[in-house]
Amino acid sequence: MSTDPMDCRDLVELVTAYLDGALDPEARARFDLHLLECDGCENYLQQFRVTVTTLGRIRDDDVDPRFRRRLMDAFRDWH
Amino acid sequence: MACATPDEATLITALRARDEMAFAELVDLHTPSMLRVARGYVPNGAIAEEVVQETWIALFRGIDAFEGRSSLRTWLFTVMINIAKRRGIRERREADVAITAFTGGTVDPARFRAAGQQWSGHWRETEEPSPFPQTPEGSLLGSELVDVTRRALDELPERQRTVVTMRDMLGFDSAEVCELLEISVANQRVLLHRGRAAVRARLEDYLGDDR
Repeated sequence: MSTDPMDCRDLVELVTAYLDGALDPEARARFDLHLLECDGCENYLQQFRVTVTTLGRIRDDDVDPRFRRRLMDAFRDWH
Repeated sequence: MACATPDEATLITALRARDEMAFAELVDLHTPSMLRVARGYVPNGAIAEEVVQETWIALFRGIDAFEGRSSLRTWLFTVMINIAKRRGIRERREADVAITAFTGGTVDPARFRAAGQQWSGHWRETEEPSPFPQTPEGSLLGSELVDVTRRALDELPERQRTVVTMRDMLGFDSAEVCELLEISVANQRVLLHRGRAAVRARLEDYLGDDR
């Protein structure tokens, strides 16, 4: 069990584990304590959250009509 | 794993009755994300379409036996990935081993104070990240950021792209992604983290240019 303070360089590699709730309690405590002291890392975490939210806003294009027709034809052949 | 939702149950019942509208609705709902994920396994878009078509055919052949114990989406992706793997020419097992071998950081090391300096490993004063703007969905800047994000996602290495797509864009949970892609939780997290970090860096560059 390590009680060393967490460096920013280490923290940035743990953000996904942190957001997944996958850090062990001791690592999570070091992460949280570091955040209290460090604006840079707090901002990094904020950037990461915005990135994840923005990825969730990507919408796929509609299905290409030609391919859609092919799928519907396959359906009609079946029944 | 999510079970079939009530809406889905209605569509499945309709599909069993050979209802074409129900099929069209399911196709529109799931085909784009199926194509996106299939592309990670096969060399081109034409083969990805064949894989997706084969999956839909497997669905209507199997619809009478579909019990709704998993969500329809999970069923579709499980079947599709199996078909895609058979068609895919890429060997994936070796790549899985290589995931954890790479030890480089996801943030430019020059942004941190060097070893031996006071506060080594902490942000250099001029390199501290600034918060990203929180944009309402549909706002002009919000749409620009979604475009930048989509381009960054498309350019990720294939396995990172697949994991980030499934987790963040399509909203699968970690356990589902591990099961569908047959990767360990640790490897899934590494791929997700590297992919997200690369997209974050692109957004930071884009927003930095505006300032």
